[in-house]
This record gives sequence, structure tokens and C-alpha cells, in this order.
Amino acid sequence: MSDNLAEKNKRLVRKLVIIVLLMFGFGYALVPIYDVFCDITGINGKTNKTAANEIVYKIDKNREITVEFMTALNESAPILFKSELKQIKVHPGQYYTVNFYAENKTNKPMVAQAIPSISPGLTAEYFIKTECFCFLEQTFKANEGRTMPVRFVIDPALPDKYRRITLAYTFFDNTEKSVKK
Amino acid sequence: MSAVAVENEHTHDAHGAEKGFLRWIVTTNHKDIGTMYLVFALIMFFVGGTMALIIRAELFEPGMQFVDPQFFNSMTTMHALVMVFGAVMPGFVGFANWMIPMMIGAPDMALPRMNNMSFWMLVAGMLLMASTLFMEGGAPAAGWTFYPPLVLQTGNALPFAVFAVHLLGISSIMGAINIIATILNMRAPKMTMMKMPLFVWTWLITGFLLIAIMPVFAGAVTMLLTDRFFDTSFFDAAGGGDPVLYQHIFWFFGHPEVYVMILPTFGIASTIIPVFARKPLFGYSSMVYATIAIAFLSFIVWAHHMFTVGMPIAGELFFMYTTMLIAIPTGVKVFNWTATMWKGSMTFETPMLFSIAFVVLFTMGGFTGVMMSLAPLDFQYHDTYFIVAHFHYTLVPASVFILMAGGYFWLPKWTGNMYDEKLATLHFWLSAISVNILFFPQHFLGLAGMPRRIPDYAVQFADWNMVSSIGAFIFGFSQLIFVYVVIKTIRGKNCEKATDEVWEDAHKHGLEWTLSSPVPYHTFATPPEKIPTEHL
Repeated sequence: MSDNLAEKNKRLVRKLVIIVLLMFGFGYALVPIYDVFCDITGINGKTNKTAANEIVYKIDKNREITVEFMTALNESAPILFKSELKQIKVHPGQYYTVNFYAENKTNKPMVAQAIPSISPGLTAEYFIKTECFCFLEQTFKANEGRTMPVRFVIDPALPDKYRRITLAYTFFDNTEKSVKK
Repeated sequence: MSAVAVENEHTHDAHGAEKGFLRWIVTTNHKDIGTMYLVFALIMFFVGGTMALIIRAELFEPGMQFVDPQFFNSMTTMHALVMVFGAVMPGFVGFANWMIPMMIGAPDMALPRMNNMSFWMLVAGMLLMASTLFMEGGAPAAGWTFYPPLVLQTGNALPFAVFAVHLLGISSIMGAINIIATILNMRAPKMTMMKMPLFVWTWLITGFLLIAIMPVFAGAVTMLLTDRFFDTSFFDAAGGGDPVLYQHIFWFFGHPEVYVMILPTFGIASTIIPVFARKPLFGYSSMVYATIAIAFLSFIVWAHHMFTVGMPIAGELFFMYTTMLIAIPTGVKVFNWTATMWKGSMTFETPMLFSIAFVVLFTMGGFTGVMMSLAPLDFQYHDTYFIVAHFHYTLVPASVFILMAGGYFWLPKWTGNMYDEKLATLHFWLSAISVNILFFPQHFLGLAGMPRRIPDYAVQFADWNMVSSIGAFIFGFSQLIFVYVVIKTIRGKNCEKATDEVWEDAHKHGLEWTLSSPVPYHTFATPPEKIPTEHL
């Protein structure tokens, strides 16, 4: 009986260990699954990562959308970062340019990356940027300040229920990581 | 593996416990290991409790009194980690080790050596975790959930905390595999699945939960580690990652994890209540199916912990409705316990008192859970003392009370001595009253807007914080009575001897009561012929 039982235990443990390994893999698989899921459903508030072509839309003069701009710094990065405008009222289909200002507050060169986020997340696919400082890493000389434009349009296909969109940028100081590369 | 079984068959049956200190290091006996788990859990309960009292002392009055904010945050973080991974989980593993072989008529656990290893790995993991308190930059202080990016600012402690989590994870995975193998392969021939006591059933399901979620948690903290030290960007937005992703992965582990702590609680309560109601458990099979349903639902509700991250409406609704669904199988259980007591010939020995308090107070914790399942309302409750009150109601007067109840319930069987009923009753009433003084006001604080994990607060929260702190100190010191009663019972001086069945007619309710008191070092070398069926 005992050999039989030991064999049975061994087989069961083998199966259970396989479950454990699969679940460890599943934890890592959640990373690409999450990205794909968010990409398909567009729920993550991520905007286009490269410049879109400037298409001419029919301008909808009857609708007015308020676009708010927010600026933030990651881990108190030594950057002065602000938007020229707090908010702007826009018509869907019309192109606008808004300036942001960023200044390196250190005495050393800096590599920084701005990450945009749109809320409500579902409006992200209607918020199209043809020009943005967030498409590439920005290099600043010591104490350099720079005005950087963002050119965007709101796709007139934006559902009627949205009246207010917030565009938030967070600046990350990537100097250390870039040096390593 | 066959060596383990052979040793089990031939050598151990011949003699009793090893003599001396070495016994506890090398033992593969499920009773010894169960005892070690329980003693370890009790010690950790006091370590975590001391941290809680530091928190409550600081919050006794507004303003900064005793500790600096960084250390305060370390305390909230470490209190949670110690209580979850050091006290509650090992406590139930201890009961599983002691009781499951005896309940199913097996001579020992299926994998006795791995059993020893998983215990000592737990000790190593907790020591490693505790060592972070003395490191530069302090212990982890970003909350037990380890949310990035904040947790990545932890000082030297981060890698040690991550490795500690790995050790604890491996330990509980090994424990879970062992318990599953024991239950599935070691039952006495007549102990069919649907005759198993509910404690065994709930642990079987808990075991599966553990092997499904602990690896995911291990993966999540490993990602934190590589983000910090190896330039990966899983959760770093600047590198294309997403901190919200961590919350998803964490709560995919975290929600089933809270059921790991509550399902064995249900199991012990379902074992104790019928004995003192002198009735069979009401709705045995519905209890089994409700447990399975809760376990299944626990995997699809995780994002209700993160309603405020900016999910789309569809997501909020999905997680809201699935969360509300959990109330149904849980309600089935609460009604079953009530129906078991209905028209029973009840007596109120301490295990029963703790169990009744559990049914009442756990239900209250469940109700606040239903409140928070409502996504629009959760925006008010999120990260306030309301959630603190909620999960403490489901953990302290539920899991911890039932750990106490189980201790009083089986201690006479283990030691052969009755515990001091008077002192135990005093322990119960002090605990039951003070736990409410401690946690009930936190509902008010949360609704009034006091955030969790803050060392100082606005003056309008002063009164209820003071009440809560007073309750905390009464509760904390009342637990010393428990330690005294346990030690007194083990030593057996001036104690009544326990009979073999201990509780009136208990032998109808479970196999463990058919053994002599104290239980011999080796039991059920030959499987029992008759299976009690009163619990069905």
C-alpha cells in the first residue's frame, strides 16, 4: 500500500507544481495581456505615441469642448514645468497649438521624458496630436529652459456626452537611465 | 518521495517523540509541526499587535507624539505583513497540520519532510522581513500592498522584503501542496469527499487558492525588484510601463488572499457550532458549494480594490456586480450557522462564545463590504478609515476570534487538560467588547473623511481616535490572558483532566474526538472503521 500511496502523492505533487509554475508564468503574461487589452478597448487613456498626419476634419462649430492641461513631476524631478494655458475651449475638428514650458533646474545636462495621459480614458482615441514634446526624450543643457508646443485636434467623432477632457503630462527625469544605456 | 513514506511506515510508528530540543528542529510529525506553527503564529500575533499599539498610541491624540512619520508608515506596513503572513495564515496552517490528519483518519501529512521545511522557511522569511526594520532607510513603508512608484523609494530594505515575500510564498505553496495531497490521497477508505468535516473542505479549497495566487504575487514583487535594480519598466511610465498594472496583478493575488484567511475561519466555525448546538450542521452540502463559489468569485472581483484608478464605467460595473454576488454564498453560510443554532440545545463554553461573536461581527464586516462594493459609494470610502474598519472586522473578530475559538476547542484534546473556563470567559468578554470599542469608531472616522496610513490628523477626528486607541490597548492586553490560559493548560497543574470526547457527544461530530486525550503521538496508523456523520 505504501509504495502505491507514495506513487500517488508523487503524481499529485507533480501536477500541483505544474500549476504553480503556470501561475508564475501567468503573472508575467498579465503584462502583455494588459497592454493588448487596453489597446483594443482603449481604456487606458494613452494617446498616440508618434505624430499623426494632419488630416482636415469638418469643423463642428456648434460643439465646444473644454480641454484642461495639467503638469506634474515624477519623484520631484528638478524641472520647472508648466502650461501656458490652464484650459482652452475648442471646437472638434479644428487644430490648436498650446505651449508648455520646461526648465532644467540643475547645473548638469538632463534627459527627460514627458508621459501624457488623457481622462476620461475613453476619449484618448479621439484626442489626436500632430506635434508633441512627448514623442521623444527631451535633452536639456544645464539650466536650459524651453518652450515646447503641442498641436492637437479633437476628432469630431467624439461622442456627444463628453464635454471636458483633461490632458496631463508627467515629466520623468531619465538622465540616470540614459547614462547607463 | 518513497523514502519519506518508508520512514513514515516503519521507523516513526515504533517510538514516540525525540527527546530534547532537537525534536523541534528535525520533527516530521504533523502534531509537532502543527504546534510549532501555532506557537509561531501566537508570537507573531504579539509582534504585529505591538506594532498596532505603536500606531494607536501615536493616533491617540492629534499631532506627532512618539514616532516619526516614516517609522509610523513602516509600522502600518509591517503590522499588516506580520499579521497576514506571520500570524493568521500560519495559525490556520497550524490547525491544518494538527487536525486534518486526525479528521480524515490519516497517520500523518502526505509529505512530512516538506512539512518541516515549509515551517522553517516561514521562520526564515519572517526573520528576513523583520530584519528590514534595522536597515538603512527603514523597513518598507509604502503599505503592505507595495504599490509602485512609492515602494521603489524604499531604502536598502526593498530587496530583502522582496526575498522575504519569496520565502513566505514558497513556504505557503509547499504547505498548500502538502495539505491538498493529504486530503486527496490520505483519507481513510470510508471518508468520502462529501463526508469530510468542513474544516477539511475549506482547507482543500484554500490550498488551491494558495497555489494559484502565491506565484502571481511572487512574480509581481520580482517585477518590482527588476524595475528597481535591472532597468526593466514593468511599472515605470517613463519606460512605457504602467503603475496601475501592478495594482491589477497585486489584487489578482490580493483578493483571493483575503479568502485564504477567511475560508479556514468558516471551516472551524462550521466545526464548532454544531457541537455546542448539539445538532448536525445545517446545510452541509450547501456549505461546501458556497465555499467553492466564493473561491471562484474571488478570482474575478479584484479591481473592486481600485475603483478609483479611473476605470471605464463598464469595468466599474463588472467588478461591482461580481463583488455583490459574493454576498450570496456568504449569506448562505451565515444563515446556515444561524439555522444550526436554531432550536439547538446550546451551551456557551468559550469556543462557542467566540464562534457566535464571529457570526455576528463577521456579518457586520460583510455588510460594510457590500457598501464598498458599490462603485459610486466606494469613491467616498476608498483609502479612508472605513476600509480599515471593514477589513479589521473581517479579520480580527472573524479570523482571529476563530483562531482563539479553535485553540480553546482543541486544546483539551491536545493536552488532555481542560483550560480554565472562568479565565477564558473573561478573555472572551474583554476581547469581544474591546474589539468593538477599537474598530467601530473607525467607521465614523472613515465616513468623516479621515485617510488611512497617516500619523497625524485634523482635530475633528480626535475624539473617536482616542476611543479607538483605548479599545486597542484593552484588546491588546486582554490577549495576555489567552497566553496565560494556554500555558496553564499545557502544564496541567490544577487543571481538570479532559475526557476522551472532551465536549458532550463530540465523538459524533468528528474523528478527532474518538481518540484518547491527550492524543497519542501517532494516531490512525490503521484507518478508522467508523466515520462520524453528525456533521453532515
